[in-house]
Amino acid sequence: MAVRTLTIDSKQVSAEEGTTILGAARDAGISIPTLCHLDGIYDVGACRMCLVELAGSPRLLPACTTMVAEGMDVRTQSDRLRRYRRMILELLFAERNHVCAACVSNGHCELQTMAYSQGMDHVRFAYQSPLLEVDLTHASFGMDHNRCILCTRCVRVCWHIEGAGTKNVSGRGTHARIISDLNQPWGMSETCSACGKCIQACPTGALFRRGMTAGEMERDRTRLEFLVNAREKKQWNV
Amino acid sequence: MDLKDLLALKEKELAARKPIVIRCCTAAGCLSSRGEAVKERLERAVYDAGLGERVEVRGVGCLRLCCQGPLVQVDPDNLLYERVTPEEAGSIVDALNGEKVSVARGNPNDPFFTKQQSIVLANSGVVDPNRIESYVAADGYQALHQALHEMTPKAVVEEMLASGLRGRGGAGYPTGLKWATVQKAAGAKKYVICNADEGDPGAFMDRSVLESDPHSVLEGMALGAYAVGADQGYIYVRAEYPLAIARLQTAINQARRLGVLGSAVFESPFHFNVDLRIGAGAFVCGEETALMASVEGKRGTPRPRPPFPAESGLWNCPTLINNVETFANVPAILRRGGAWFAGIGTERSKGTKVFALAGKIRNTGLIEVPMGTPLRVIVEEMGGGAPDGASIKAVQTGGPSGGCIPAEHLDTPVDYDSLNKLGSIMGSGGMIVMDDSTRMVDVARFFMEFCMDESCGKCIPCRAGTVQIHGLLAKVLAGEATARDLGQLEELCDLVKNTSLCGLGQTAPNPVLSTLRFFRREYEELLLPDPFAVKLAVPEGTVSVEIR
Repeated sequence: MAVRTLTIDSKQVSAEEGTTILGAARDAGISIPTLCHLDGIYDVGACRMCLVELAGSPRLLPACTTMVAEGMDVRTQSDRLRRYRRMILELLFAERNHVCAACVSNGHCELQTMAYSQGMDHVRFAYQSPLLEVDLTHASFGMDHNRCILCTRCVRVCWHIEGAGTKNVSGRGTHARIISDLNQPWGMSETCSACGKCIQACPTGALFRRGMTAGEMERDRTRLEFLVNAREKKQWNV
Repeated sequence: MDLKDLLALKEKELAARKPIVIRCCTAAGCLSSRGEAVKERLERAVYDAGLGERVEVRGVGCLRLCCQGPLVQVDPDNLLYERVTPEEAGSIVDALNGEKVSVARGNPNDPFFTKQQSIVLANSGVVDPNRIESYVAADGYQALHQALHEMTPKAVVEEMLASGLRGRGGAGYPTGLKWATVQKAAGAKKYVICNADEGDPGAFMDRSVLESDPHSVLEGMALGAYAVGADQGYIYVRAEYPLAIARLQTAINQARRLGVLGSAVFESPFHFNVDLRIGAGAFVCGEETALMASVEGKRGTPRPRPPFPAESGLWNCPTLINNVETFANVPAILRRGGAWFAGIGTERSKGTKVFALAGKIRNTGLIEVPMGTPLRVIVEEMGGGAPDGASIKAVQTGGPSGGCIPAEHLDTPVDYDSLNKLGSIMGSGGMIVMDDSTRMVDVARFFMEFCMDESCGKCIPCRAGTVQIHGLLAKVLAGEATARDLGQLEELCDLVKNTSLCGLGQTAPNPVLSTLRFFRREYEELLLPDPFAVKLAVPEGTVSVEIR
């Protein structure tokens, strides 16, 4: 494999031919923000968070799908890039109903973390507040479209890692939705192998394991009685 | 089939010609106003008058002055009849015997016709699109024979480079260069694709070419396939063009039967098949990478370039993809030479361009003019200006990816670079004329709504940004926006233009940006006073510092 040398943020970096700018930067300890990228599956360049400046190119390029080339001079941080990244995050937060306080992923959500790290502390754009569905038909998993950012990580792991081909995208533009099979309720899907890879791939709380969401825990009062009886009457059987 | 057979077919077709030809437009525009019935009546009238030996009634492609359809033209006297009804059609035949005609006569010497120069549309309105013999009689498929037997693929590419032809889909990439890249690309299997997914509102050039002269596109594709070494071609047509699809299918079948498509074309080792792929109505499928995904049977969404299709396209093979009008130019270029083509047009934009004139203009229809023709000539002389004495306010080119050129810039020559300088683009050829009754903010809102609906949803700036821009434009129109909203509008346009994944998003803000550039007043007149504006008395000698 041929080696290419390039400059990322004024740092000399070498990388194997066929490596992406994102890969080369991460190897060199330079972090570039991403949302749709997930190690282990192919990149689609959709979220535009990883756009970088390339000396001599008028266009911004996605670091996740642009291959390194000899002598490249890449900038991953600039006022302009930071402004664009913040605006993209603002657009996402205004697009659907991202209410962190009531989300299963609160505290460990990539979108939330990204907003913190990019300094997006408020949203200036009009909230669209769309009326969206929550699919709780599957025995083990749930899908909340309010929290989906359409990164298609779930679609990619479903097709290319699990090979089930359950998840897909329907509609276009603002009407685009992640669907199961031919837009059936997830629980009625004939292809879903319930492997749970999509749950692990999701950057937000859109895909989750059931029983973990806020408000889903139910109290079992008979358990109290059992404990008291066990201690005081040594009665272990119910 | 060899050259002798081809020329024999041409001679046979020419020998069968009758002294008088009545040409009836059977393109979609005229058909929609009973053009088919007009043709039937004319045929009946010719039969009834016993003129069958002397008169031919020929269904042809677009006769161009669409607003006056159905059109009928009579040769050799060069008489043009407009708005022909089936009831009156018979009187056109009566007129051949010297009787008075009751049908409105058009003027074939109007600047609308005389200022045109036809290369792409040379056969449009002349040949019968349903008969390959008619195309062969107009020297059709001779360029293909010549290329296969007298030229190397390299020589074909060189001829294209010499012609200076640039892509007619809108972006204007040099066609010869694209062909050379695909030719040099390594790969045992290569493809040729014709992009016929014309979707700009108000544009109908490609539809007319396909309906009027499908064989020129097929011949252009075959020449491209020979040049780059491909053996399979696809034409991606939108389902909204049923007539174009039908005529293309007829043309492909006829070309196969004649042996100009299929295996061993003209008894050479070259073989080439063409199949149709029908689009399901998504505008974004006109973007080349989305189009190829759709041909592969996948969801029609674009992917980042590079790799460009020339390197890795359909099923990851090197692919030559050009627009309908680009391919339709090719046979003429090879027949008459690249140097001839390069002699037409301007320094950096060669040849002619077909435009679909529409909107507030007297003569709506199809025109083909040399590159560099001033907009004023097109709009005022050929188009006849705005109807009812109104004055022209702006001309919109390039559809949802283009911009509005204000009346004071009407002397701009129409070529790729001049239009770019004005913040518009050549585009595929839609030209919408607006008079002073048009509100420019409304125009911007219309095109933004179009882009918002047609965004595929893959990348965030285009999917969510167009929604926000559209919302702000609606707010401006409702009289509820402030100067802050206008600032946000410009900021969002900048974001969507610079960060979107494909051409749809990258050009979507153009109608807003160009109307803001030339008609900013119209936006500002609709704004509310800013409730947060604070007027402070500034002490003299203070240096102003911009705070972000």
